[in-house]
Formats: sequence, C-alpha cells, structure tokens
Amino acid sequence: MDALPDFRVLNPATLDEALAVRAAHPGSMALGGGTDLVVNIRRGIVAPPVLIDMNRVAELSAIKADANTLEIGASVRLTALVENPAIVQHYPALAQAASRVAGPTQRNMGTVGGNLCLDTRCIFYNQSEWWRDANSHCLKTTGSVCHVAPKSRGVCFATFSGDLAPALLALGAEVDIAGPAGKRSIPLDKLYIGFARQDVPVTETQGDGKYFLSLRSGEIVTAVRVTNTPGLRSAYDKIRIRKSIEYPVAGVAVALRRADDMLADLRVAFTGTNPRPILLEGTAELCGGKFGERVFKGLDALVRDQIMPMKTTFTPGHYRRRVAGVLARRLLTRLFET
Amino acid sequence: MTRLLEFTLNGRDRTDAVADNILLLDFLREKVGLTGTKTGCDGGECGACTVLIDDKPALSCLTIAATVQGRRVDTIESLGTDGQLSAVQRGFHEKLGSQCGYCTPGFIMASAGLLRKIPNPNEAEIIEALGSNICRCTGYVKIIEAVKYAAALNAQGVAP
Repeated sequence: MDALPDFRVLNPATLDEALAVRAAHPGSMALGGGTDLVVNIRRGIVAPPVLIDMNRVAELSAIKADANTLEIGASVRLTALVENPAIVQHYPALAQAASRVAGPTQRNMGTVGGNLCLDTRCIFYNQSEWWRDANSHCLKTTGSVCHVAPKSRGVCFATFSGDLAPALLALGAEVDIAGPAGKRSIPLDKLYIGFARQDVPVTETQGDGKYFLSLRSGEIVTAVRVTNTPGLRSAYDKIRIRKSIEYPVAGVAVALRRADDMLADLRVAFTGTNPRPILLEGTAELCGGKFGERVFKGLDALVRDQIMPMKTTFTPGHYRRRVAGVLARRLLTRLFET
Repeated sequence: MTRLLEFTLNGRDRTDAVADNILLLDFLREKVGLTGTKTGCDGGECGACTVLIDDKPALSCLTIAATVQGRRVDTIESLGTDGQLSAVQRGFHEKLGSQCGYCTPGFIMASAGLLRKIPNPNEAEIIEALGSNICRCTGYVKIIEAVKYAAALNAQGVAP
C-alpha cells in the first residue's frame, strides 16, 4: 500500500464543534472506525486534507433501545449492537446484520454511521494506485469509463455492501442528519441515491453510482431510529465466499407479520447486489391470501426485476442474483413458520 | 501537523510528539521500536497487526495514531513477566499454535482480548473471536487447541 498522504486530524468533542470544523474544511471526511476510509486513503482512492475523528463526539455514542423504539448514535460500534440484549430481542435483523460484518476485530472498530455510509465497492475501484493506473483508472476515481459497463455513459456500478442498511430498511428506519443548515430526518431509503440511469444529472434524489448518498455538503449522519411494529418478525442472513473478513455475495433482510396462515406485512431488503441497498418494491401485493408457492413465485419475480448485480466482484452477477433470491426465500419461510 | 499524544502503552503512561498522518502500526514499529506487532496485508484483512485498545482487539494498520489519545494500547510486548510466558503465549508454544510465526502476535493478542472478556471460552467462542485473523501454516486446529489450553491455564491463575 501507498504511504499516507499529508492530512490533519481534528478531534471535536461535541456535535456543534464537529459541524463547525466540517464547514470550515471543505473536502474533510468524518472518521469512525477507519476500516473503510483508512483503507481507501492508503490506496490513494480518496485524499481528504482533514479527517474529523467522530469518536469523541459525546452525542453520537449512545444506544437507546426498548420494545417500542430504537435510537443508535452514529459512532456506536458494531460490537455494541451485537451485545445489546434489547436489540437482540426486539430488532433481531439488526443484531444479526451487525454480527455478520467482516470479523470481530473489524466490528470492534467499525461504526453504525460508517457502515450506513460505507463506500461502494468494485474490483476496478478497490485496488492500489499502481493497479488502477495500469488499468486506465475507472469512472469512480479519475477515469472516464466504467470498466464494468463501458457503455454506461457516466454511470458507475460499484456495489453497496453494508450489512446494517438492509436490516434497517426492513425495520423501517429513519436517519438523523446534521449539517450547516440544521438538523433533518429522512427515511433511510432516501439516504441512498446510488441508482444507475444514464445521462441524468446528479440531484438529491438521483445519483450516478459515484455519488450514492443524498447527504448535502457538510452534512453528517448522526443517528438512526426505528419505531417497532408489534408482531414484526425479522432476520438477516448473507452468503460470502469466506465466513469472515469478506464482502457479501448477497445479503438479505426480511421483516414480516403473520396473520393466521397469511402474510400481513412483508419487507425484503438486499445488499451486495446494486449500487445502493434495495428495499424491494411491490411486496405488499404478496400479502393476503394463502402463504405458499404464489408468494415465492411473486418474490422471485420482484428479485428478478429489481436486483441487478453487475460484474463488480469475482463472483458473477447472475450467480449473486440467484443467491439473493434463494436467501430471501429461505428467510421468508423460516420467519413465517417460527 | 504534529501533536502531543498522551496514552498508555503496555501499562506505562507516555507522551509523544506524533504526526497526524501516521498509523498506530507504523508508530509502534518505527517510532517506539516495538516490532512485535507485524505488518501483514496492510489493509485490514489479515489481523497480523492486532493490538488491544482498551482491552478490545483492534487493527493497528487501520488506526490513526492520533485517535488513541487517552486510551490504553497493549501490544504483544506487554504479555509475560520476568521471562515467564503468559497463558496464551504458553498455549501457542506448547500446543504448536505457531509455525512460521508471522501471524502469531496478532493471534495471541486476539486471544488475549478474548480471555480478558470471556475467561473460559468454549470452542465456538474461540473460533468466533479469531475470525479476523488469518494463518496460512497451521490450519487453525492447533491454534484453537492453544487457546483452549490457555483458557485452562488462565483458570489456574496464569495471566492471559
């Protein structure tokens, strides 16, 4: 890896201080555990002049969890989610997702905010400067062509692979965001705009894959909140080539409510497949009516339409889509029957 | 930029002038001279650089030194006293948990972190705790035996 570029580290103690230094230093980046950002800095992918160490910001490190509501600060470590009894009991998909991130040491470091804002990944992107230079740099760095889809005309297909996002999408989470213009809350789904459409300028609702978060200049994710739904069952699972320190072939979160032998509510979300985490649209039409083959076939059709892995990993895209579909079926069956 | 960094290294408080853009790994090896912590994959994937920060395993190759202000950092050099091996070191020594040895400091620190958290772990907990470390020699069987043995020694009062 390359030597570290020259950067300053600032250590704000409060959120107001953090926002002030963020505003004062354009191009600065928020540093959580560093398990994503520091690797990218070392590979010369990003070179922020200032890193803002968010780990001492007092407001961002609390978990408030009970049967009704959940609020998690952005600097909370992933290990803390796995070990929180209320999260394990009332928001199992989230605890399971956190427990499957990388390996235990990375989970001691990685944060909730960092995992939600995890940079998208691609075999042409997450490489050394030397490697990228030898392959005429890709669109997501300084190149002009996406090597995964050379005809994409400005659209990057790097894949989102954070584990918490699908679990939180299935649980219906909101994110709190703070910035120079004040605080706002948006549904988690609206945080992600990394969706490929050609020749459309980047806006707050439409990314191009390179820009996959709707954060405005100087904004920081401060917390994520969930209001629990009585009777909701949830779970998360993912397939990876190796059981730890490995990015997903596909990850799936399912949340459902059962009424007698029918689905009363169904939410299915994916990671590791698209340039953003995907909360499947159209699952409401699978609810009602007898649970069985009709539901599975409907689910398969939705996965076929909306889950679009490209050749961004060593595992072929069509295989990852099949894995995503099978995982979703398995989780759905398990949750419905328990 | 350089700053005065105050932290506790291997049980001793110290203050160092530290550049903002230096990794904890490079600081430990190049500035302090503690070369027991190894540089492996250099990208957070192998665990050879594992140290304990506030008793929890952390990757020193992805930790900016400036962020350990006020924290306790323990490296492989902190284990063992007066020529006596710690429980985990004895486990790896006697149960042949080490071959080429390059991954060993990382495995030992991850194991020491486990025993500080769970003094008597079962096999599943050991496998889970070592999930961030890669060894290309032993095949892991001997390493797991070593940690089990270390846990037994720990139960007899040998420090992990």
